[in-house]
Amino acid sequence: MADPVKVQRYTRASRVALPAAAVIVVVAATVPAWGSSNIMKQGVTFLTLLALAQMWNLLAGYAGLISVGQQAFVGIGAYSLWVFAEKFGINPLLCVPIAGVIAALLSVPTAGLAFRLRGGYFAVGTWVIAEVYRLLITQIPWLGGGSGVTMISAGAIERSTREAAIFWLALFVAVGSIVLVYLMLRSRMGLAMTAIRDDETGARGLGVHVTRSKLWVYIIVAFGTGMTGAVIYLNLLRATPEAAFSLQWSALMIFSVVIGGLGTIEGPIVGAIIYFGLQQLLADYGTWYLILIGALAAGVVVFARRGVWGLLARRGVDLFPVRRRLCLETVCFPEDQAKPGPEDPLAQEPPPGERTL
Amino acid sequence: MVWVNDIIQGILLGGLYALFAAGLSLVFGVMKLVNLAHGDFSIMAAYISLVIVGSLGINPFYTLALVMIVMALFGYLIQRGLFNFAMDAGPMQAILATFGVAIIIQNLLLEAFTANSKGLDAGVIENAFIRISDQVVIGWFSLLTIITSVIVLLGLQFFLSRTRTGRAFRATADNQRAAQLMGIDNRHLYGMAMALALAIVAIGGVFIGIRTTFTPSAGPLRLIFAYEAVIIGGLGSLWGTLVGGIILGVAQVLGDHISQGWGILAGHLVFLAILAFRPQGLFAKQVQ
Repeated sequence: MADPVKVQRYTRASRVALPAAAVIVVVAATVPAWGSSNIMKQGVTFLTLLALAQMWNLLAGYAGLISVGQQAFVGIGAYSLWVFAEKFGINPLLCVPIAGVIAALLSVPTAGLAFRLRGGYFAVGTWVIAEVYRLLITQIPWLGGGSGVTMISAGAIERSTREAAIFWLALFVAVGSIVLVYLMLRSRMGLAMTAIRDDETGARGLGVHVTRSKLWVYIIVAFGTGMTGAVIYLNLLRATPEAAFSLQWSALMIFSVVIGGLGTIEGPIVGAIIYFGLQQLLADYGTWYLILIGALAAGVVVFARRGVWGLLARRGVDLFPVRRRLCLETVCFPEDQAKPGPEDPLAQEPPPGERTL
Repeated sequence: MVWVNDIIQGILLGGLYALFAAGLSLVFGVMKLVNLAHGDFSIMAAYISLVIVGSLGINPFYTLALVMIVMALFGYLIQRGLFNFAMDAGPMQAILATFGVAIIIQNLLLEAFTANSKGLDAGVIENAFIRISDQVVIGWFSLLTIITSVIVLLGLQFFLSRTRTGRAFRATADNQRAAQLMGIDNRHLYGMAMALALAIVAIGGVFIGIRTTFTPSAGPLRLIFAYEAVIIGGLGSLWGTLVGGIILGVAQVLGDHISQGWGILAGHLVFLAILAFRPQGLFAKQVQ
């Protein structure tokens, strides 16, 4: 007789969601065969936005590292692409993973400085370091200085081939970022990270190497962000220090994640769709879309901190299950109908307050 | 003598940074909130002054009182209306809420005043100077800035150490819950702290608006300078922010002197060096 009690991961929603996701990805992969040039450009914008949001969510939602300096790695990705393609003559498409590696390498010394700071000071610290990268590039003539660089060899590739290749690369970083986060969360490290997210001190007490885990997350996120930055600038073909290291990249990641729902895999997807949708909808009204999205994000973070996905997930939808559940015949615990999660996944004790004034 | 002049100019510039840093430090000290919109609030103050100057045709110095009142009121309202709730939601949420406000202010200013740079014209004082020697020249306006900044810091110190509200600020900074048990209404107190911080930053905003031109996107750099001054000086040290501001100012002027365009970068590098070798800052009080 079979054991009536089983441990399982899938939920009813996930059994539908995973095949559906596979279908969506396969359909998306055919876009270059029928889509117009404009559709593909927009597609790349959306897919790279999604990848950036997933990466920022991994950093903030799971490792608790609120960075406002991730534009550093977008810019480093863009400039690595240019250096390896133009200066060293490597195929620009191959330069995308190289850009990720360079970003990951540079993230180590960056973390060495930034990890000395906590909470809000960490946030501004990462921002200063991003500024330092920007100003250094502005000062180095070999890297194009303040006037920026043009991806000549990428521009030389035949147009339809280039567009298709960039679209697939964008699809790859977007899907790759989701798969990466999903697999990481299901791994031993994911368990450690979820523990850190729920209660850092508690996790430390249970033997989680908190700092080491955070450092790894920071490096992996830099890798993903750097690769995405390279894809973005492969699409745009022109980079300036001003634009590639712009705070707007952080705004885009942060708002998508916050609106969608911090600390879930589904949240950044929903958030990226909302961000992209509003941006398209209000395209004719200057920067009003950013004002609206900023207000939405500030409102959500305060009054509905689980984000839009959090509101949906109360109805028991869990598309990317990372938890194990105990099932006896058809009844499972935790139940399908409610996604309990930790009571307060984002509340952490404030950093030990420095005695001030 | 050129170096002496550079150092003097750097010190004077530091006075300006201290004006920004004091508000940031106050807010963090009282409520442990790092306000990412701090720099944008200073730009907002400069634009408010610009509007008043434009409609009344008066010298920007005379707008100072009104700008301070408007900013203080705004600070109190945004603290009670948004940031207090954000802080209830969690420290992470509080940072993100201030980031949202920063982006909103930048873009609202952009929509209202375009991206063209604006300046506040204070008349003759802008170009008046004292000539000490051929190469050492002190501008009256720079001197006025650092004197103002010292007066503000003295006033802040007096307020914190001698007044009833100041005592409540310190009590809350030390232990928010215990202070609450002693009957301090922390929501109101946080509003007061933000109001005070924005009144101070309003002075800084108007002064820097007179000194240089500004655009709606200039806020983040102000925040960064204020923040660097706070970290260099040491968290929680009021006079440390002045020293931090001065070190930053001197580094920037010297950097620019050595090679054009290296000024801001030199300031950042000094900040990173402090972070690497003395992360608690130069004058940090004992951390609990």
